[in-house]
Formats: sequence, structure tokens, C-alpha cells
Amino acid sequence: MPTRSSSDLIVVGAGVVGAACAHYAARRGLDITVVDRGPVAGGTTGAGEGNLLVSDKEPGPELRLALLSGRLWRELSDVLPARVEYEAKGGLVVASGETGLTALRAFAHRQARAGVTAEEVAGERLHDLEPHLAPGLAGGYHYPQDAQVQPALAAAHLLRAAGTRVRLRLGEEVVGVLTRTDGTVRGVRTPAGELHAPHVVNAAGTWGGAFARVAGVALPVQPRRGFVLVTEPLPRVVRRKVYAADYVADVASGSAALQTSPVVEGTPAGPVLIGASRERVGFDRTLSTEVLRRLAQGAARLFPVLARVRVLRTYAGFRPYLPDHLPAVGADPRAPGLLHACGHEGAGIGLAPATGAVIAALVAGDEPPLDAADMHAFRPERFHGTP
Amino acid sequence: MTRDRSPLGLVGADAEAAFEITFDGRTLSALPGQSVAAALWAAGVLAWRTTRVGGRPRGAFCAIGQCYDCLATINGRPNRRACLVPARPGDAITTQEGDGHAGLTV
Amino acid sequence: MPDSPSEEGHATSYDLAVIGAGAAGLAGAVAADRLGLRVALLDSSGEVGGQFYRHPAPALGAVRPEALHHDWKAFAGLRRGLADSGVLHLAGHHVWTVAQDGELWAAHAVTGADGDGERPVCVRARTVLFATGASERHLPFPGWTLPGVVGAGGAQAMLKSGLALPGRRIVVAGSGPLLPAVAVSLAAAGARVPAVVEASGYLGYARSPAALAANPRKLAEAAAYGTALLRHRIPLRTRSAVTEVHGRDRVEGVTVCRVDRDWRPLPHTADRIACDALAVGHGLVPQIELATGIGCATRRTRDGAHALVLDAFQETSVRGLWAAGETGGVGGAPLARVEGELAGIAVAARVRGREALVRGSHARALRRRRDRMRAFATAMARAHAPGPGWTAWLDDATDVCRCEEVTAGTVREAVRDYGARDARSVKLLTRAGMGWCQGRICGAAVACLASPTGQEGGGQPALPPSPERRPLAVPVTLAALAALPPPNDRSHPSGHTPQKGPS
Repeated sequence: MPTRSSSDLIVVGAGVVGAACAHYAARRGLDITVVDRGPVAGGTTGAGEGNLLVSDKEPGPELRLALLSGRLWRELSDVLPARVEYEAKGGLVVASGETGLTALRAFAHRQARAGVTAEEVAGERLHDLEPHLAPGLAGGYHYPQDAQVQPALAAAHLLRAAGTRVRLRLGEEVVGVLTRTDGTVRGVRTPAGELHAPHVVNAAGTWGGAFARVAGVALPVQPRRGFVLVTEPLPRVVRRKVYAADYVADVASGSAALQTSPVVEGTPAGPVLIGASRERVGFDRTLSTEVLRRLAQGAARLFPVLARVRVLRTYAGFRPYLPDHLPAVGADPRAPGLLHACGHEGAGIGLAPATGAVIAALVAGDEPPLDAADMHAFRPERFHGTP
Repeated sequence: MTRDRSPLGLVGADAEAAFEITFDGRTLSALPGQSVAAALWAAGVLAWRTTRVGGRPRGAFCAIGQCYDCLATINGRPNRRACLVPARPGDAITTQEGDGHAGLTV
Repeated sequence: MPDSPSEEGHATSYDLAVIGAGAAGLAGAVAADRLGLRVALLDSSGEVGGQFYRHPAPALGAVRPEALHHDWKAFAGLRRGLADSGVLHLAGHHVWTVAQDGELWAAHAVTGADGDGERPVCVRARTVLFATGASERHLPFPGWTLPGVVGAGGAQAMLKSGLALPGRRIVVAGSGPLLPAVAVSLAAAGARVPAVVEASGYLGYARSPAALAANPRKLAEAAAYGTALLRHRIPLRTRSAVTEVHGRDRVEGVTVCRVDRDWRPLPHTADRIACDALAVGHGLVPQIELATGIGCATRRTRDGAHALVLDAFQETSVRGLWAAGETGGVGGAPLARVEGELAGIAVAARVRGREALVRGSHARALRRRRDRMRAFATAMARAHAPGPGWTAWLDDATDVCRCEEVTAGTVREAVRDYGARDARSVKLLTRAGMGWCQGRICGAAVACLASPTGQEGGGQPALPPSPERRPLAVPVTLAALAALPPPNDRSHPSGHTPQKGPS
């Protein structure tokens, strides 16, 4: 019988992944305590654009997680209020020249074999989809499965929709993990006292490596910084998520150096969001004018109409990066009772529901909704022994 | 509190010839050196924008360029801060509706 | 005084870039120039003087601009000093960020009256003096979005520079020493001022007798305003607040209530005053986003605002970056002049390697004057600090965020039901603070409503725990960002890094 300080599951982290873990665990009748040192969506979730993408993913375990998540997001869009701004608006990847288009075509064909819907759009037809796109692009691919959600609202409403089974403890930092003499996890300690549960989920996102250390295990999550530019409010000038084919290569790259490729999308609230940059520079929030220059150039090249539009805001977020670009999802054999749900890099919003469903199944003692090979790819101890 | 007190009288302004601007097609008089907002205030106009969500009237609030409530469409260009932009002869100011960019809608 | 960068070209760098040409910036630029530094002075306005010394544009031909100022002589001196100097004055330059650029600092600006110019400008300098002044603190109340409700400082600014009034019967309300000055100016310019409504009691100053005794000029000033209020027959209502504005499409009247020490309205004290405009402000807050953007440390002031942490010679916590005037805590123009001059001397001492400059008798005298006036500024901040009870003015339908039209009810719901705990999480969940002004107007109010402790007041801190980060101090077009200079640093790859296609 859960008490004020005991529950079936403690989720560390009130971002979208933690919220999804709590949401799906509550659906299974579990009682959950969500602990976060800050507010809901205070970390990388609050800095995200809310991409629910399949278009940027190579065939493999992550794409399968994304496809499952896409189905779950569609289902959630009926459960959660319209305020979460779920839009099944699709993505459009464009190539400026024939070489890029050929490469994009090959990529899309591989994705199609893995279950992704990808429709080629000839250069002269691009304006039917996006009237403000620059002229002269070679062509592109339309991905109708890509969608968008407002990430902070999504996290808040996932938690809210879980009802009274979820208790929120915000502004409370987990400073220790409680274990039995045999090493199994039995709860966490915060400055306010002990919280007890037989399962603890690390949903601390970019700070998941730090929390893993608190739990006595290693998980090499590193921040990969990205800047987003936010424009003045506009009517709908960009219908889909539109990006240049280079983006896929940047996502897949492991380089620490700055990479930028234009990613442009409108939002129901009005502003256009412009990304995406990637660099590994620790948790440095200092504005980089070079990133701004490149993002602005890239966006204005794709959508010349944006050149005279003003940027009101820019902010940095820190993607939780793991060296093989795959998240850590699953039970940690090094600390029985500890599970991980972090390291989703830039795809955490999109991958959250499937991650939450997997974690909830594992905690409930059921088969996860992914096959064993994929669970093996996401196993949190896979970096063990690597420097 | 005398009736003839006025801002111009107070500082002894000897303004060069006033000129004309228009607000929603109505001709107003402005003084050289006045911001668009000052010229509109002097003509008794306090609102020249309607909000995106509620369609409510707005004009200058902070009057020093911080609040962006005074955004106006000036000579067709939307979202100019009327409290900062100097009025120029022949300026056409139009009440800005919402984001001011309706023409870009796809 | 050169006023075009083409005379020197932006390829060269300056010893000092001063940002803001108000009292502090003018004094700092002129002092540094006299000590032989190459100085660039960037300011968003077309005219020097900042907010305090705002004055009619030359074309308005005012023969008595001093009629709206009580300190005009000091400004005239600064302006003359600038004209006689070699300082490069860049008017109409809106600095949107200051970034480190190798050994130098880069001040990035957009140009034009409202920053709408196409061409970005970058001024590089070995040191920077932030003299960015203050802006008015605004607290929401029902009806504050009606046309005719204007900032008290804003009404003053529009009168000083544009010789225009927002109405004929103008109630002046809020808190702080600016209010009597605004009321007297408006009345002198022909408006009726039915009341000045001040939420604090002036007795607050009595808690700092030493600071009062050391600053007799401030008392004389206050007495002069008191006399002027009487002369214009303007009643002063202390411990009172405008708690509601009436009108459909513009102001028709206001409700004034008596308030307790925490600014909570007292029951059965509501009184309606007919007017066609309301000039309202709750004191000034340092405008420091450029400095905090580059990492300068801040401190809480006695009225809950944030000011830069400065050392004895006005240097911020970041070596090479100085600040003067309101950025270090709101204290008025005479203090700003002293601090600006001291900063100019300190920068020269550093750049020229002449440490003796800051040990000289003049610098010592400036420091003494600064410390004396700072003590008064602290007393003033304490006397007019917003009381936590102001949130009782709000009903749930009151817009807190003017830009995005987010109500107090929505903000409260985000805190109560959706896990928001601070201004940032409220913003993410409600859009309060996400609009054009980026929370400059509503930020303090949202933070109060969001704070788990501040919500019900009760002696808890009424204002936010940390300054909001705004990396862009003004909006910048994508075209201007795209035209930024690529990095000079050879170790940094310019242009795009080589990328593989998705093949």
C-alpha cells in the first residue's frame, strides 16, 4: 500500500520522457512519484522544438522506436487536450542540387523498406507544398508521418492526464539512491527525506549521466548544444517542418565541432522556429554569434521571405548525447531496480511515448512493446568498460 | 492650470512648419522631430493596433521602446515601434491588425 | 566629435566601447577620451541624453528645453564635453549583444530609429562600459491594457521629446520618486492631474536617517516637488493604489483604494476618479540584459530588482567590462555622472597601465560622492519596494502578459495544476513573456505569481530570484544576422564545415 513517501515507481526527471514513463505506468495502475530539482519541462524538454520525426532516422532500432512513438502520439492526441498543439503536419526534406537529391532518394528508399512513408516531390512541385520556399531547389521528399507537439505542454498534460496516481515533487533534487544490502534499489533520498519504491527510473535527460553516478553506475551522457531562433509572430508561412538534406548527416555525426543545417517550421502560436546547430561544448549557454549567422543564412536561403522577419529570441538547449546516438532504455543489471530512460539526443520529445511504454511494461513485469534485438541495442550497460 | 498651457508653450518650441501624415486615411498634422506615437497622441489618437488574440486596441504604453505595444504599420511595413520612429512628411500609418503579416499567409 | 564609423572604419578597434549615451555613458566616454583613450559611444536614440535628459529633437526648436528638467546645466556640460572630444558617437545603434571576440569585445548593433536597418554593425573594443540605464517597473491590474494607460516614465518621455500628452485629465500612480516629477511636468504642460497615487508611505525614508542627512540636496529636491504639487493643486495620496481602470476602448476613470503596508487593498476604501489617462509606474529597474548575457554577476537590490555587482572602481565581475549608473542599482542622474566618470578613469588606468589614476585625489573624491549617493539610492529603493500584496489587485481575467494576452488566471493555473515554478516554466506552459517584449514588461509580475513562496505574499520575496536571460537585447532581422561577420579567429572554421550527404 503506497504511502506519502512510498510508491511503485520513482521517476527522476519531469521532462517529457519522465512524464511519459509516469503516464504509461499510471495507465497500468501503478503509483508513481515524479521528482525533479526544477519545474516540469525545466531542462531540455523546455528547449525543444517538439519534433516527432521519422524522416531524419536511418533504418534501425531508433527508427523502430520512432515509428512506435508516432503511433502512440497519434493516440495521445485524442487523450490530451488540444492545448498540447499536436499537429500531424508532415515533414519536407529538400535538396538544393542533383547530388543531394540522389543521396536523399537512396536514403528515402531504405527508409521506405523499414516502414516509413516517403513521397518524392519534384523540384517544380515543391511550391505546391510550401509556397514560400526558395526557387530552384532540385527536389525533396515529403514525410507525412512527421508531426509536432509543444513539448512543455505535452509533458505537463501527460502528467496531468495520468491523474492522482502521479505525485509530483518539484524543486526537490535527488541526492542519493537507497539500496538494500544486496545492492537492489529501494528508493531515493532528497533533502526533504527518503522516498521509497522498488523501481527508480533515470529520466534525467542530459543530466542522466550525473544521476547514474549518484546511483553508482556509469552512463556517458554528454550535452550536445543546439540553438533555436524564434521569430516574431507570423501567420502560417511554413506549413510543415522543412529542412535541408544535410540535417540528417549532422544528426548522425559524432563530431564535437559546430554543425549547422537549416530546419524551419511554423507553430500554432505564430513564431517560426529555426534550427539546428549541434556542438559539444559542455553546458555553456553563452550566445554564439557564429551559430546565429549560420542558422539565419540557412533559413533565409530556404525561405527568402523570412529575411526581413525579426528574430525575437534565441536559446540554447542541451541534447542528451550518447556516443552511439541511441538512447539508454531499459533495466540496469548493475543496479537491480534501476531503469534508464535517457540519452535520446535531439529526439526525446518524439521518442518519449514509446520509451514510457517500454519502461512501464518492464516495471509491471510485462513484455516490452519492442523486440529483443532493439532492447539489446538500447541496453544501458552497453558502454560499460569503455573509457 | 491655465487654459493656454501646452507642451509647446512650456519649452518655447518654435517648430518649423508642421507637416501632414495620415492615419487610416485621415490627415493629421505632425511636427518635425516628433515620433509617430507623439504625433498620434497630439492628434488625440491613443490606439493604432489591435491584438492578435483578442482584437483589443493598443497604442503606446512604455513609450521608450521596451514594450512593443505601439507597433504600427508605417508606409506598409508592419511592426514598427511608433514611439521610436520619427514622423516624416507624407507617412501613412495604418491600424495594424494582429501580427501585421496577413499577406504572407499560405 | 566624429559621428560616422567610416572616419575610422570598423576594422580598427577601440580602447573602450560605451553602450548608452545617458548621464553615465556621456560622463564615462568623455572622461576616458580626456585620458587619451579611443572611445566609441553607441546609443539607440538619435539624440544623446538617455531617458533622463530626453529633450525635443532640434527641429522642434525648443528655446527652453530645460523647462522639463531640473538638472539641465549638468547635461549641457556633458554634451559640450562630448562635442569637444574625439569620441566616436554612433547614434541610432541598438546593441543587441556583446560577445567575446578573441582578445576584444564585440558590440553587435542594428541601426535605424527602431533598429529596422538592414546592415548590422560590429564595434570591437578592449573594454566595454555598460551605461544602459533603467526601465520602468510595471505591475498589472485590471484595465491596464486600455489605451490611455501609459507608463509614468513613458508619459514623461513623450512629453520631453515629443511634446505630446496622452490626455487632458491624467492620474499619476504607482510608486517611487518619479511620480511627483511626472505630475508636475504634465501639469506644467497643461494637463489636469486629479491625483498622484503612491502605494508606499514616504515615512519609509525615515528608516534611513543617515542616508537622508548625507544627501540634503535630495531632500531639497523632494521639498521642491512638494511645493510644485501644491502650486498645481495636485493632491498626493500615499498608501493608495489604482486597482482598476474603467473604460471600454479607452480610459474613462480609475478606482483608487487605500492599501496596507504590503500594498494589499483595504476593504471599503474604493474611490473613483474620472480621468482620460493614467500614467503609472512602480519605480525603475536596471536594464542589464547585455551585461548578464555575457555573464556579469548580479545582486538583489532592496526593492527586489537585479543590479550588476560592481567593484570599487565600477568593474563588473567579468574583467574588462565596466558599468555605471542605473545598471549598478537605480540612483538617478547625478550618481550616474559620478559613476560614469569614475569608470572612465578606471578604464583608462587599466588600458594605459596607469594605476596611479585611480589612486589620485580626484578619483578618491568621486568614490566618496558615489558612496554617499549610493546610500541614498538604497534608502529610496527600500522605501518604495513593491509590497507582496499587489497581486490582490488582479482578478483572474486580468492580462498579465500584454503581448501574448495571457491572464493571471492562466498563470495561476500553470502553477497550481501543471508544475510551473518560475517565470521560465510559466512562459513555456502559457506563453506569458514569449511575445515581442520578451517579458520585459510582465517578467517581474509573472515571476511573483509563479513563485511557490511569492504567490500569497505574506512577507515572502515579491520579486524574482534571478534575472531572466535575453540573449537578444532587441529584435534583429534574419537578414542582419545572416550578414554578421564570419569569425576572424583562424582556429575556428569559417563557413560551413564539410558535411556528408545522407548517403
